[in-house]
Amino acid sequence: MMEITLTHYLVLSTVLFSIGLIGVMRRKNLLMLFFATEILLNSVNIAFVAISHYHGDFTGQMFAFFIIAIAASEVAVGLGLLVLWFKQYNTIDLEKMTEMKG
Amino acid sequence: MFEAIAFYMFSFLTIAMFYITVTTKHSLYALSALAAGMIFISAFFFILGADFMGVVQIIVYSGAVMALYAFGMMFFDTTRELHEKRVNSNLVFGLSGAIALLVVIMVSAPIVGDNLVAQSPIDPSIGNSQAVGIVLFTKYLVPFEVAAVMLLVAMIAGIVLAGKDMDYSFSDKSEEELDAKLETEVVS
Repeated sequence: MMEITLTHYLVLSTVLFSIGLIGVMRRKNLLMLFFATEILLNSVNIAFVAISHYHGDFTGQMFAFFIIAIAASEVAVGLGLLVLWFKQYNTIDLEKMTEMKG
Repeated sequence: MFEAIAFYMFSFLTIAMFYITVTTKHSLYALSALAAGMIFISAFFFILGADFMGVVQIIVYSGAVMALYAFGMMFFDTTRELHEKRVNSNLVFGLSGAIALLVVIMVSAPIVGDNLVAQSPIDPSIGNSQAVGIVLFTKYLVPFEVAAVMLLVAMIAGIVLAGKDMDYSFSDKSEEELDAKLETEVVS
């Protein structure tokens, strides 16, 4: 109980990932969906860094580093698209985004 | 001892913050809770000895990404309460199944990983930031450059997408000019 092992971190990462997954499932607002995606990416980062620490390997930290870079660019492009969509349709609800339905 | 206390405290705080993020009805609460959760996550990186990752987490997530979201939210109607999807039972079933599978895989991953050899071992005699630099600029140089180009592309895309009509200054114009512009926009 008192010694923190890799399993502790993996369980924490799993819990956070599940929270993010629930957020992705139940949110209808697209901005909130973005927040849930950030939670998913962060939970994976924790797992990567913890494995990197307990195996004495730097690769995990490098992967977490690149994940942060990808998350930052995803936010930039995604928010740009979102602002554009909101200007045009005045809503960012997922249910209203049925324009591309065949 | 202190590591255990810090771990349990920060995991409780992180889970609570992220739980607020996915359940609250106000988007501003969600934003603040998410920013707090990001900062608490950086504490795990410091506990794990990944100092550089902790600093990057605070700067990039709590600084850049949260500021970007805060600016983005100025465009949206954040005072309105959020409507939620009505969850059907099929979805709940699939979700819980997926999560259970995920738990099994993640918890059993270190058992599979016991016979792994470290590709780039951590040298305890040099600091974390220095070691990150050594690995990043030798072994991962090409992915690093590609990530740099990707960030540049994302920045230009963000400017092009969101920055239309930015050269038009509203504060320089008189009332009549603004009214005229509004009328032309309504007509077009």
